[in-house]
Amino acid sequence: MKAVYLDNNATTRVDPAAVAAMLPFFTEQFGNASSMHAFGSDVGAALRKGRQQLQALLGAAFDHEIVFTGGGTESDNTAILSALETQGGRNEIVTTAVEHPAVLALCAWLEKSRGTRVHYIGVDARGRLDIEAYRHALSPRTAIASVMWANNETGTLFPVAMLAELAHEAGALFHTDAVQAVGKIPMNLKDTAIDMLSLSGHKFHGPKGIGALYVRRGVRLRPLIRGGHQERGRRAGTENAPGIIGLGVAAELAKEHIEEENTRVRALRDRLEQGLLQRIGNAFVAGDTENRLPNTSNVAFEFIEGEAILLLLNKAGIAASSGSACTSGSLEPSHVLRAMNVPYTAAHGAIRFSFSRENTDADVDHVLEVMPAIIARLREMSPFWDGKNAVQSGFAPTYA
Amino acid sequence: MWEYSEKVQDYFFNPKNAGMLEDASGIGEVGAIACGDALKLMIKVDPEDERITDARFQTFGCGSAIASSSALTEIIIGKTLDEALKITNQDIADFLGGLPPEKMHCSVMGYEALRAAVANYRGEVWEDDHEEGALLCKCFGVDEGMIERAVRNNALTTMEQVAYFTKATGSCGTCVEGVETVLERTNAAMVAEGLLDPALAFVAGGAPVVPAHKQRRSPIAPPQPSSSRMTTVQKIRAIEEVLEELRPALRNDGGDCELVDVEENRVMVRMSGACVNCQLAAVTVQGIQGRLAERLGMPVRVIPVTAGQ
Ligand SMILES: Cc1ncc(COP(=O)(O)O)c(C=O)c1O
Ligand code: FES
Repeated sequence: MKAVYLDNNATTRVDPAAVAAMLPFFTEQFGNASSMHAFGSDVGAALRKGRQQLQALLGAAFDHEIVFTGGGTESDNTAILSALETQGGRNEIVTTAVEHPAVLALCAWLEKSRGTRVHYIGVDARGRLDIEAYRHALSPRTAIASVMWANNETGTLFPVAMLAELAHEAGALFHTDAVQAVGKIPMNLKDTAIDMLSLSGHKFHGPKGIGALYVRRGVRLRPLIRGGHQERGRRAGTENAPGIIGLGVAAELAKEHIEEENTRVRALRDRLEQGLLQRIGNAFVAGDTENRLPNTSNVAFEFIEGEAILLLLNKAGIAASSGSACTSGSLEPSHVLRAMNVPYTAAHGAIRFSFSRENTDADVDHVLEVMPAIIARLREMSPFWDGKNAVQSGFAPTYA
Repeated sequence: MWEYSEKVQDYFFNPKNAGMLEDASGIGEVGAIACGDALKLMIKVDPEDERITDARFQTFGCGSAIASSSALTEIIIGKTLDEALKITNQDIADFLGGLPPEKMHCSVMGYEALRAAVANYRGEVWEDDHEEGALLCKCFGVDEGMIERAVRNNALTTMEQVAYFTKATGSCGTCVEGVETVLERTNAAMVAEGLLDPALAFVAGGAPVVPAHKQRRSPIAPPQPSSSRMTTVQKIRAIEEVLEELRPALRNDGGDCELVDVEENRVMVRMSGACVNCQLAAVTVQGIQGRLAERLGMPVRVIPVTAGQ
């Protein structure tokens, strides 16, 4: 049985071309880019190329606007902590209730340890940001607004270009966690007011543990990690040369495939989603279906629990993920679904399918073939299901 | 992925005794959909010798919840009611070759459902119809008795363990103090009875009390001077507005919520309809709390009160 991998928002397979490009930098080309000899200068040239490949993917004006980091989490931390230091006198953060823990855990720590005031902007039932509340929360005290471009659980896109302009009107910096957006939707940062953007290699077929922070020219940055002068003093430590080179190749490939991502991959996603909704009752899509990543589908199945679904899917050779409490070891369902007020009857049974360009029609066929039986089987065991119908469904599907 | 034992996997993938039991003579229901797991245990009892001749379950929950339910039915079929009541959640976990610590509440749920089913058969009023106030953790519908039993049966001595075994404190955290008191009291009694090493007994105020995952999730800042000093009337007005906005979502779930009182940063609300049946799911309280904090511009704590309080 061929394994069907539909968990590409968790991580992706490194593209073989990226692996091939990286390998020499572990062996013959092992030099340190800072060295004053030939071993180093070859590496220096390769790093420059990686930077330019990423610049092209982002549509950034300058290649030196890119600072390589150890991944999305480090980039998020760097951006927010830096703003609190450079934005003299301003000490509030505006963010959203549905950010990744890379932002939320940092904010919670800042609240606790430094008394930083953090505004968490809520979302509606479809996951759309409350723009009025955002506007309202911005003030002369705001150091930075940090709003994710695409949500990792639902794929919902936030209008970051517009939000960046609103932040600037209040004199605040604007950062976006674009870890899930980069490589999936076209972007042209030079035409926006976005000051900083986080990305991570392993979400678009690059290696793990390498990412970048885009810092618009002219925006001051306080490094998170101090030491040597690498990355123009903005991120110390000998460069992860193989990682940067792999990330560069992945960026170039993503740019080549962005059209396919938004046509063929989108069509696969849509066919799976529509197919599931047709075959299975009491299921609905969580997220803003009009403004969504092309690769992500979050389907909530009522009256059953996500971990049980994942175990049965795994047995059928299908990898997906769930925002259910049980899978994470916490006692509550995902904070994203809770922020959306998804009814409990469904929040526990939400399954995220996330595609990449490596998926095929056969993958979709396989899921559509096995899923109805899995859901039926668990519902038969559920005390909230009488065999044909919900024992009681007070839920009016506003999500459709 | 969890490290489930082979037996847990086997009982999840090939559960025995799943489904409805027609003409059950006793039914025990525990948990709620909002809490992420719920179990309905149905038993058939031979009135002659009070022997359990058949048992079936319906479970909403994760892999280990389904496996624990199925294991429970296998353990009790053929036993008399008195014999069955002697088993503990640990027996269920042992039968399955162990459960991950975070999943022990699945076995506790089985144990509690069995007690409920036997009480139902015997025509006793199951104490789950809690006296007002006896319900310690409203988010997960956990009462004092359940915590005491879990602490004794499993020799629990930390708040983290209590959360793993009963889920109590795992959501809004308003019950932490109450649960600490029960854990401390029960441990002290166990020490007095020679069941527990005094060095291990829990003392309130010692270790961190709120589970770590809870702390980082909390959208509420620690109390700090609020920039906007609102009068109580202004506060009440703002709170009513927020509740009005949230009402459609609550009604979707068949519930409602009403403001009872405001004391400084504590907001007392009364939940009704489905919100009560689901034991005041964390979702609701947290959601309301977040919105209120946002609107009032200060950290608040939303405290659900029961009718009449
Ligand atoms: C939205 C978002 N931000 C940040 C991260 C963290 O990125 P990394 O794993 O590279 O640290 C992730 C990855 O799960 C993510 O989805
Ligand atoms: S966690 Fe116990 S009452 Fe909320």
